[in-house]
Amino acid sequence: MLGGIYALLGIGLTLIFGIMRVVNFTHGELYSFGAYMMFALVMLLHVNFFVALVLAMALGIALGAAIEFVLLRKLRGADIDTTMLVMIGAWIAMQNLEQLAWSGVAKSIRTPFPSTPLVLGGLSVAWSRLFVFVVAIALIVAAYALVDRTRLGRAMRATFQDSDAARLMGVDIDRVYLSTFALGSGLAAAAGALLGPVFVVTPGMGDLAALKAFAVVILGGLGSIAGATVGGFLLAFIEEMGAGYVSSGYRDAMGFLLIILVLIVRPTGLFSRKERIG
Amino acid sequence: MKRLATAAFLAFLFSIPLWVGSLYVLHVLIVTGIFTIAAMSLNLLLGYTGQLSLGHVAFFGIGAYVSSLVSLGFSVHLAPNWLVTLDPQPVWLGMLWAIGVSGVCGWALGRISFKVRGAYFVIVTISFAEVVRLVALNWDELTQGPMALNNIPPLTVSIPGLFEFSFIGKVANYYLVLIAGIVAYVVIARLVHSRAGRAMIALKENEPLATSVGIEVTRYLVLSAVVSAAIAGAAGALYAQYIQIVDPNIFLFIYTVTMVIMVVIGGKGTLAGPIVGGLIFGLLPEALRSLHIGPELQWVAYGVLMIVIVSILPAGIVPALAGWRRARGPAKAGLGDAAEAAARQIAR
Repeated sequence: MLGGIYALLGIGLTLIFGIMRVVNFTHGELYSFGAYMMFALVMLLHVNFFVALVLAMALGIALGAAIEFVLLRKLRGADIDTTMLVMIGAWIAMQNLEQLAWSGVAKSIRTPFPSTPLVLGGLSVAWSRLFVFVVAIALIVAAYALVDRTRLGRAMRATFQDSDAARLMGVDIDRVYLSTFALGSGLAAAAGALLGPVFVVTPGMGDLAALKAFAVVILGGLGSIAGATVGGFLLAFIEEMGAGYVSSGYRDAMGFLLIILVLIVRPTGLFSRKERIG
Repeated sequence: MKRLATAAFLAFLFSIPLWVGSLYVLHVLIVTGIFTIAAMSLNLLLGYTGQLSLGHVAFFGIGAYVSSLVSLGFSVHLAPNWLVTLDPQPVWLGMLWAIGVSGVCGWALGRISFKVRGAYFVIVTISFAEVVRLVALNWDELTQGPMALNNIPPLTVSIPGLFEFSFIGKVANYYLVLIAGIVAYVVIARLVHSRAGRAMIALKENEPLATSVGIEVTRYLVLSAVVSAAIAGAAGALYAQYIQIVDPNIFLFIYTVTMVIMVVIGGKGTLAGPIVGGLIFGLLPEALRSLHIGPELQWVAYGVLMIVIVSILPAGIVPALAGWRRARGPAKAGLGDAAEAAARQIAR
């Protein structure tokens, strides 16, 4: 289940990273934004759980589009450090606005799922987790289809390969960037909205999520959706193994050790044939 | 003229404890000073070699932990029946150890991570800091984990039989940090203006060109990483002996961010940049605090201000001022030309 979430986060980040060359520090905030919207819709406005999920994702897309439009559009062509600092500033501002709006107390969200687990043979799975897994897979497939099968997706891939050439061929770069950032943000918000009800929602939840998304991106290689998917599941698997066999305290360290190892052995990520950026 | 200005600035800094009575203001200045030293070390990497390291706080934290552990003493099982014990050592020795261990870590990280550039490098350095934080949090036999290391002794200098002096209190620590800052500045300035420094700048400006004239890329990058890490470690050790408590929160990402902000806002690749940036962003949170608007809004204002400054002055304050002065004086050669000249000089 966590694998699916990591993959969702990773896909969003890898698209933004690969296509726009923006290290998106607000990614974790969009994740917690999704979770908080879920909380607001379900617990305060009493919206149906499933409708709320869709709404939270839509709000994430809108917020992502707004960030792209307000902050990043002006910085087109600025060097990667400048953009990164602006994103760090946005991240600090957003996280503290969230803390101000929702206070530091952890929130929990009621789910419509029965609390008795589903028993399949010798395996028991909680309904809510099964739901998260299925929706995450569906979203991954949808994102893949969007990038691989549609006109917009083709424009995205062209921009990834060479943005200047794509522009010369008549691709509307502004539109590609806007939709890439909105899509990535929407996936992050969806990940938060899915996972929020399973655990609890806190203002700092985005930080670790963002770091793990970075890990997934490195594992999979920049700009590769398939890589991010496999990377997400791999990271979750290794974390569980690490927690089970080494020490649960080092659970979160496993991913980072893995990154360092991958970069020593294969610096461009496990699934990328693209050359590294220099 | 420039020398006079420097002397006046130093005299001003040295005179501060004489006319600032408030211990709180001195405390803020000490912490600002320590972070400015760390920012100066980061500038060596970020400004002069152009590598954006977002794991710099790792070296700061390692320095703090190593110096504290050496001066407090520890005993730890490296294997189930292999107990390593160290009795408490003098603090100055701990600080030397801190500098050494940070430098070695900088070397190791440099060897691993300079294989990659750009976004990948950024992520490796973030990961490194996170791993170190988790180790500090979980290896509680050595680090006490979240219980923190307490009662770290202050730095004491003594010549046996003659005199002994402990850096206790704000005024003594203020001068200690000031002097350490001057030493760090001189070390960095010497390095930057040496052959190695010119090689680093050439690498930043145009890596393929620098390589083609025979500059060993990895060697100079690793050298800058080692020096940078060692100075950051020294800053961490100063911090530990001043605050007298170290916990894993010292590795939080926000501290790295603070250092990066100081360097970039001040002006990366200039010697004065981190100092200007350090003073502004060390004192800004305190200035915001005096507005009485609550901690969250303070941080929101901090973030927004950062976006605004970076958008207006992408190169930083010091280069902007220099550019403004240059516009009124005779035109100078562009930076790219300078890099190529440096590359030529080194190749010779």
